[in-house]
Amino acid sequence: MNTMNTSTTNLLQPTKDLRRRYRTERWFKRLGVTAISLSLAFIGFLFITIIADGYPAFTQTYIELEINFAEQAFTRENLAAADYPGLVKKSLREMFPEVDSRQDLKRLYSLVSPAAAYKLQHMVEADPRIIGTSRKIWVLADDDVDMLMKGKMDREIAEADRRILDNQLAWIDKLVAEDKLERRFNAAFFTSGDSREPELAGILGGIKGSFLTLLITLSLSFPIGVAAAVYLEEFAPQNGWTDMIEININNLAAVPSIIFGLLGLAIFINFFGLPRSTPIVGGLVLSLMTLPTIIIAGRASLKSVPPSIREAALGIGASKMQTVTHHVLPLAMPGMLTGTIIGMAQALGETAPLLMIGMVAFIVDIPGSVSDPAALLPVQIYLWADSPERAFTEKTSAAIMVLLAFLIAMNSLAVFLRKKFEIKW
Amino acid sequence: MKVKSLLAASGLTLIMSSPALAARDYISIVGSSTVYPFSTVVAEQFGKTSGSKTPKIESTGTGGGFKLFCSGVGVDFADITNASRAIKSSELKTCVDNGVKEIIEVKIGYDGIVVANVKTAEQLELSRADLFLALAKEVPDPKNPQTLIANPYKNWQEINSSLPAIAIEVLGPPPTSGTRDAFVELVMEEGCNNFDVIKNLKKSDKKAHKTVCQTVREDGAFVEAGENDNLIVQKLQSNPKAFGIFGFSFLDQNIDKLQGAVIEGHAPTFEAIADGSYTVSRPLFFYVKKAHVEVIPGMKGFLAEFTSEKAWGTEGYLADKGLIPMPEAERNQVAAGVAALKAMEVQ
Repeated sequence: MNTMNTSTTNLLQPTKDLRRRYRTERWFKRLGVTAISLSLAFIGFLFITIIADGYPAFTQTYIELEINFAEQAFTRENLAAADYPGLVKKSLREMFPEVDSRQDLKRLYSLVSPAAAYKLQHMVEADPRIIGTSRKIWVLADDDVDMLMKGKMDREIAEADRRILDNQLAWIDKLVAEDKLERRFNAAFFTSGDSREPELAGILGGIKGSFLTLLITLSLSFPIGVAAAVYLEEFAPQNGWTDMIEININNLAAVPSIIFGLLGLAIFINFFGLPRSTPIVGGLVLSLMTLPTIIIAGRASLKSVPPSIREAALGIGASKMQTVTHHVLPLAMPGMLTGTIIGMAQALGETAPLLMIGMVAFIVDIPGSVSDPAALLPVQIYLWADSPERAFTEKTSAAIMVLLAFLIAMNSLAVFLRKKFEIKW
Repeated sequence: MKVKSLLAASGLTLIMSSPALAARDYISIVGSSTVYPFSTVVAEQFGKTSGSKTPKIESTGTGGGFKLFCSGVGVDFADITNASRAIKSSELKTCVDNGVKEIIEVKIGYDGIVVANVKTAEQLELSRADLFLALAKEVPDPKNPQTLIANPYKNWQEINSSLPAIAIEVLGPPPTSGTRDAFVELVMEEGCNNFDVIKNLKKSDKKAHKTVCQTVREDGAFVEAGENDNLIVQKLQSNPKAFGIFGFSFLDQNIDKLQGAVIEGHAPTFEAIADGSYTVSRPLFFYVKKAHVEVIPGMKGFLAEFTSEKAWGTEGYLADKGLIPMPEAERNQVAAGVAALKAMEVQ
């Protein structure tokens, strides 16, 4: 009876080997959990840093001014040429009548952003009847005041080292005490274009530019990509040409993105003469980049449709074309869609190829059509990260938050669509 | 049938909208990343107050800007290029060869280059010779001043006993940057000629002299910190022993955290750079194609805005951004030349 057991082992007692195996498995599990926790920790750190830096950008400091739209200031026909900065300065002098030296007055005027004059200009141009009246208007404060209110500037250090001087601090404190200075939601961030004044800068230009560019990218790369995938998968003969095409497409997916930018510069701008810095050229370049991704994803989803579907369609009398368009393609479409959405999300974040075609530029006007110069959201982030004013740091982080929100939304949509329309064969 | 008509309609609209691509109604500006902050302010101001479209400004670097500018005349080419140095004769030749014959040179002001560190550390008093010894690849041998050796200095005190005993660590711009070119020209070249062995080299072997004076050390003491000056500012704050080389506007915006080294007895302040006593400063320019001035809408207005007192004067908004204005007489002279559209002399 004991011939099977060569050692005095109790089957209920684990051997050394078994214990070692269990120990290794436990360590393997722990390593896996550690790796995942570490990745999540890094992602968490990234999000926390960006959100902590960026959320102050959604509020902006405003000052309440009593503006008298005196008729004497509007003697000229052209309303745009009136001295709006003068109206702002007059209001500030009335609020602080004790300030009289030229240097001090200059300091007083610098508490208010240059945007105040533009706001008054817009108000008058929209409704000229306010000329002759007096209004209480909330205007943007200068970015240095804004940084002070957000705690980014130290009040305690010596005056020579500060950008806000002691007399300016006294005036700011007085305005706060009189409830004339407060932080409000910064709607201008979403409704205005780029600006050199941080308090005025917004991402609408970047969002619209990205939208127009991605529209062109989608409308070019999706049909061509799907058609190429269908051809390669269904119709292409098995010969050397097809192999070459496949190899080239797979290689293109790995080419560094800046090469596409050089291609765009050489062919679209220099040869075809398309205008620089426009969404047309940006869209063309990005569609070249996204095409390999869509083709490869398309082929994978076409391959996943079982041959029985094709054979059944052919069996009931459909032609090859009808089989593909009526049966195979609709079934493969969810996979193609998710591939396209992921390709678009990648294209949204690209900056390097745009550098070569001139889209890394300071563009204030919101693009109206595909042939207006435009900056994209990642480009906007890059330009703001390079600016010296301290207030741009929070704007950069806020723009990154918006970009990340778009990317997460697009990728979530891809995952949702995939889950919803996925057919398990 | 519906698909066909949809395709036809979209094709037609695309074709009809393409004539709009032919005319350009905004000013296209390229060029220096140093002049970019000033050019953009003027462009925005001009766009808001004049009703014309805001000019589009790209930061391509001075060299890249000249390449684009000198490619030809026409709506496909840039109208204005910003430059942190004067145009070279080779670039001028390229321009003339490509048909860009009438160029208006406009000097807009000065920019200082500072060697800064964080305020909590000691403020250095340096001479340009000290900076050359700290940053060059080849320096005169301290034991035998007639020969040149690879830079042996690892510590500021080894160069000059009055400097603190900290390791040499300087973050500076990469070779693609105009700031680097300007620093090499204003500091390294001036500093190297303080040493006889190098000064004599100028007469005997010009090429070797240029190499010795202009080559920056690559052994890790000089770190190329990229074009992003904000990054250099952050790194200085986390490393009190490091120094950074960047333009005056970045020091001005971070005056509560950083201090500039005193170079040859003068600290980098607005006044010192303006009156020329702080020697590490260079003029900034932009160049305009005269042929484009009548064709592109808004060019005259933009030039008038840039050369107005409220922009580039001592109380102007460009001075608030860190541009050091020229003396009043010079400003008036340049403004008059621009208003008259006086082109440069081309041979």
